[in-house]
Amino acid sequence: MTDVILAGIGQTEVGEHWGIALRDLALTAIRQAQADSGGLEPGALFVGNMLAPNLSNQAHLGVLLADHCGLRGIEAVTVEAAGASGGAALRQGYLAIKSGLVDVALVVGVEKFTDQVGAGVDAAVATTSDSDFEAVQGLTATGQAALLMRRYLHEFHVPAGGLAGFPLVAHANGAGNPNAMFRKAIKPEVYSKAEMLSDPVNLFDAAPHADGAAAVILTRADLLPKEFSHPLIKIAASTVSTDTLALHDRHDPLGFWAARESVEAALHKAGIALEQVNFFEYHDAFSLYAALSLEAAGFAARGEGWKLAEDGSIALKGRIPCATLGGLKARGFPGGATGVYQAVEAALQLRGVAGSCQVAGATFGLIQSLGGPASTSVVHILEKIG
Amino acid sequence: MPNTLLTPNRPVGIVGYGSYVPRYRIAAREIARVWAGSKGGLPVKEKAVPGLDEDVITMSIEAARNAMLRAQIEPAQLRAVWVGSESHPYAVKPTSTVVAEAIGAVPHIQAGDWEFACKAGTEAMVAAMGFVGSGMADYALAIGMDTAQGKPGDALEYTAAAGGAAFIIGPAENALATLNASYSYVTDTPDFWRREYQKYPEHGVRFTGEPAYFQHITSSSKTLMAELGTTAKDYQWAVFHQPNTKFPQRAAQMLGFTPEQIAPGLLVPVIGNTYSGASIIGLTAILDIAKPGDRILLASFGSGAGSDAFDITVTDKITLRAGLARKTQEYIARRTEIDYATYARYRDKITMK
Amino acid sequence: MEIPRHWRLKQQRYGLVGEVCPHCDYKIFPPRDVCPNCGDEAKTLYTFSGKGEVFSFTTIYEAPTGFDHAAPYTVAIVKLDEGPMVTAQLTDLGDQPIEIGMPVEMVTRKMRNDGDERGVIVYGYKFRPAVVAA
Repeated sequence: MTDVILAGIGQTEVGEHWGIALRDLALTAIRQAQADSGGLEPGALFVGNMLAPNLSNQAHLGVLLADHCGLRGIEAVTVEAAGASGGAALRQGYLAIKSGLVDVALVVGVEKFTDQVGAGVDAAVATTSDSDFEAVQGLTATGQAALLMRRYLHEFHVPAGGLAGFPLVAHANGAGNPNAMFRKAIKPEVYSKAEMLSDPVNLFDAAPHADGAAAVILTRADLLPKEFSHPLIKIAASTVSTDTLALHDRHDPLGFWAARESVEAALHKAGIALEQVNFFEYHDAFSLYAALSLEAAGFAARGEGWKLAEDGSIALKGRIPCATLGGLKARGFPGGATGVYQAVEAALQLRGVAGSCQVAGATFGLIQSLGGPASTSVVHILEKIG
Repeated sequence: MPNTLLTPNRPVGIVGYGSYVPRYRIAAREIARVWAGSKGGLPVKEKAVPGLDEDVITMSIEAARNAMLRAQIEPAQLRAVWVGSESHPYAVKPTSTVVAEAIGAVPHIQAGDWEFACKAGTEAMVAAMGFVGSGMADYALAIGMDTAQGKPGDALEYTAAAGGAAFIIGPAENALATLNASYSYVTDTPDFWRREYQKYPEHGVRFTGEPAYFQHITSSSKTLMAELGTTAKDYQWAVFHQPNTKFPQRAAQMLGFTPEQIAPGLLVPVIGNTYSGASIIGLTAILDIAKPGDRILLASFGSGAGSDAFDITVTDKITLRAGLARKTQEYIARRTEIDYATYARYRDKITMK
Repeated sequence: MEIPRHWRLKQQRYGLVGEVCPHCDYKIFPPRDVCPNCGDEAKTLYTFSGKGEVFSFTTIYEAPTGFDHAAPYTVAIVKLDEGPMVTAQLTDLGDQPIEIGMPVEMVTRKMRNDGDERGVIVYGYKFRPAVVAA
């Protein structure tokens, strides 16, 4: 069957872009990706976005961005799956190429958190949980993570500060990513003294909401421009699994069932073993989600994911490098753009141009985009094929 | 004088009862510290303060659930849900419909909110006696509940408290206590009031005593006892509206009751004045300890002014059903003391706009 | 204003009314009309006892719009005695410490205003430490 080739990448710096509108963030990333692909002309645009209708009072992003980015007339739609919107949009692009119905697909993830300030932002994010039975109780996304984290610490007897390794690794890696929101390593005592957001989740256990846009161009190998000079990267697998929306509806809330299923299926489709994965871009919206994702993927036994952060396994030179360009924690968490950032970052690794963040000899990159507490999990495996 | 007793056509009684007192307490000395330089006598030891998420609706629901537990009837058997209060959460929209919905009593019911200062709860009880006693209905729920507010620094702030009780009135044959007769004494006496749109009530200071509280509560009690041919000695227990510690003690004395007779129902020193709930929550504390055959005199008082007196006899059904729900003293024992600043926040006394 | 939405959910909110599966007796809350256990239709109403225990809990310091008046407040996942779990605020805590496994009981409380203080009051279930055995 047709291989889906990742032909172009683009991204903006992640941060608080007070002066830049959503459409202009997207424009920057899209222009970069098009240029990077050698000038491919997309026939379809898939936008990953989580909260624009809420935070920017702007729906209908497909046509907005197609029009604004010089692509007026092409197929253009928004894909929403909370924090997994970016991953879900990438999958739509993958399906379009794989089906043969679209020659060149443009996937852009964009989020503009800073159009609003204050408690309204938390309320908007909480709409991604079960509005009638979770958000109505005043539960926030951070609160959900805190409920899981307390249970995790309780069930597996994790010592205080046991999850500190996740933000430490993320910040150390973010220091080498020019597009990261935070480019400075932090010391362990910064973590242990951090302000509590929603106990036991502290400021460094939660990835910062930020603005950003990332874009990728997907196509078939036979359509690549003659002058295309990047190493070839294909999407070796694309999978999505969903769990219950509400945490309380799960028999095993710490199981991250959808995260496990989607990784298992992706490995099967790519025809590789977990050990062949050279790096893992997990969705570390919260430290705990990194630990649970490592366990769900099979990198650690149940209740032991946190140890991989403690013993250096997830560092750049470790057994399974994670958050190699800072992850959500240090690169920043630009909502529905996040999954596309992961694809861009994986491409940088596979092309061998990740600078001081480079994972040596990387061939297979596993990226996972989560919506909520793995209510949606979108997984892609990117493979360097030449 | 013609017979002025209110007696039902068929015997009625209290089939179930339940109370509620919120968890928080503020000591009167803490209020005196803020407003009186810690000088002067204190009308109570402490008063009950509702939490941020409580109001007359939520408190009525809990008291009603307790009453239903003791009544052992189906919610659909209720024909009326009536809530008496001077602190209904809405100016327009009934408390009673929410309570009825929450206990599963809708839709085949009468529902309504009552207001007569501190005797709105006993008004609802008298109405329920008539409703059931006439044969129109088998069961009616009458509640008296308040989250009373006193103006900061005012004498009322020391006592204005939160709590109340719920009673399911039904046929005497299924009652824990029969309601033998009632008598109401009412005049136009402006001792205490709150005008529309005002947050805090006004009162007549010493005028609230002799011409208001004592005149009405002793008149209702005396008339009831005279018409029934009873005296204080015929009653095991008595409970009078309790705006502070002294008033009910003095009323009891004027009517010939001993301190022992009013002791179990005298809750004001530890929960404050629960307004529409004040006399009837005292009745629940008495029922919690009463024995079959005990006779009880209950007299409420509502400013403006009036008093409803009741003659009540405990039946042997109390033995099995009193223990089916939480007792009033258990709610009183559940207490967390708060300071004036926390109290000011909980009672919405801090102006935000 | 979200009056219809809150109105529609009032039975569940006020009284923890869920469902029981007529085929396998599985208790369901929140109601979802299809049994999550056996997959058959399950529309028989079932009122939960309101008794349960804390599965996990957290305190929300930075409240979303509509809850700022109450912050900080505690939210828990409560495992009901009948089986299902439910997300709910814990209330009436006073200075009582909370622990995983602590017995709690349902109460009906004010959740929020629909909009501001001019809107209707939304009432619903919360849980509190069991007062004493009744």
